[in-house]
Amino acid sequence: MNDQANPAVSGIDAAPRAPAAPSRSLYYRHALAVRVMHWINAVALTLMLMSGLQIFNAHPALYVGDSSYSGRPAWLEIGAREDAQGKPIGYTRLFGHEFITTGVLGLSTDDARMYAQGFPSWLTIPSHQWLAMARSWHFFFAWVFLINGLCFIVYTIASRHLARDLLPTRRDVRGIGTSIVDHLHFRHPVGEEAKRYNVLQKFAYLTVIFVLLPLIVLMGLGMSPRLDTLFGGWVGWFGGRQTVRSIHFIVAWLLVAFVLIHVFEVIVTGFWNNLRSMITGRYRIPQEKPHA
Amino acid sequence: MHDPDAGARRRFLGRLAASLGAFGVAGCDRLSQSDWFPKLLASVEPLNHAAAKLVTGRRAMAQEFTPADLSPAFRSNGTAEPDNAQYAALAANHFADYALDVGGLVAKPRRFTLAELRALPSRTQITRHDCVEGWSAIGKWQGAKLSAVLDAVEPAPAARYVVFHCADPMEQDGTSPYYESIDMDDAYHVQTLLAYALNDAPLPVKNGAPIRLRVERQLGYKHAKYVMRLELVESFATIGEGKGGYWEDQGYQWYAGI
Repeated sequence: MNDQANPAVSGIDAAPRAPAAPSRSLYYRHALAVRVMHWINAVALTLMLMSGLQIFNAHPALYVGDSSYSGRPAWLEIGAREDAQGKPIGYTRLFGHEFITTGVLGLSTDDARMYAQGFPSWLTIPSHQWLAMARSWHFFFAWVFLINGLCFIVYTIASRHLARDLLPTRRDVRGIGTSIVDHLHFRHPVGEEAKRYNVLQKFAYLTVIFVLLPLIVLMGLGMSPRLDTLFGGWVGWFGGRQTVRSIHFIVAWLLVAFVLIHVFEVIVTGFWNNLRSMITGRYRIPQEKPHA
Repeated sequence: MHDPDAGARRRFLGRLAASLGAFGVAGCDRLSQSDWFPKLLASVEPLNHAAAKLVTGRRAMAQEFTPADLSPAFRSNGTAEPDNAQYAALAANHFADYALDVGGLVAKPRRFTLAELRALPSRTQITRHDCVEGWSAIGKWQGAKLSAVLDAVEPAPAARYVVFHCADPMEQDGTSPYYESIDMDDAYHVQTLLAYALNDAPLPVKNGAPIRLRVERQLGYKHAKYVMRLELVESFATIGEGKGGYWEDQGYQWYAGI
């Protein structure tokens, strides 16, 4: 959240920087490095999601185990077929249950033209079936994402951003129940409390940074036949290459879920204020509303 | 929520978001079709190869499996029946007249009949075949070690790649034969085979009879089927469109270890 430039922000006991400051004063919330890495990450993950969905479209089915041809059916399959009347439809089969998903999954329409494609063209890079190019995008931005992520982890430890702003304190942990109730009522911290991440926010960020993102990288590497040579086939520890591909896909959607909640919270706690704080670093502390 | 403007504003914002999204995808499509951007994207390919080598080592072995893991049927992919009269004639005679031609930058160019290939040091391995599309299948392969073939022809020091020339034309009009290339690290790797058997039976036509390459640490399109000729070269710039393989010429990565 902050760096050494503003010593007043170190932890719970921090005194307000200027107790008498007018409520319009801006608080320096995000260090430049965090802001830059946040946006690089946002761009890289978006492009990797979209190129990843295009790669998925080359074989829109997911399995468990080492192989796709083990006798066990796919647990997820997206495709196009004809219905009883001979009309083309898109379907999604999940654990043997078929859902008709024409228009979104399997079969979509683009400028009044129907086309069969797992995820629709508006969600994928490139928009229409082009596996080679999608792989190029995916691997390029994988390096951008990886280098940026490693820089972030080094930074967050070295600058004490991790210890000071992200690790929950004992008081945070005791307040989980209250925080859940507050979130459900859309009650958001004001004044001094608003300078810190709340406990659910901390757990969400820590889970994404130290669990989901490393896991999706590992599962991506696990699909490489060359890297699978390590330890005589470490991919087997995760259930085999097709399971690894499934986990990679599921974690990608867990990250999408995180981003949706993240953006939702950004909007309901003051969109422009939050956006500015991630661009210029400056954040206006929300004040207690005067009682009517 | 009775503000009459709110609905209109929401619709406007929705449309704005949708058009920004479409603009983003269209912009990415324009980049994909430009000259410079794919080159920028491809600039990480040597990094992929170097990182894979660095992390795993040159001799690292691909995972091997047990008979219990075998796929009930090993699917065919790509060409299933080469549209090539010469090949059809060889197949009709059960490849009795087949000979693998090995030449290029070698001291002793020569031809190997199927019987001669079968007499070379061989290896049997149950491995997972990973297609670039995402699926995997497990098969049992038996074949001559490519290293044994190379030892017999004595590659020149300048030789850096082995090019595999195949019998299957990739164009409707019978042109553009499939080809592939690998570097010497992969060529001399223990698990790199000129396979003549799949699941204890002679290699079927749909899987590349009479000879297909197994290069287990790379994706399926590197595993050239219907191999007719090996050529050792210093550079593949003058072969095909110069990218080292049929699919590489269509934009796929030459290094397919990821």
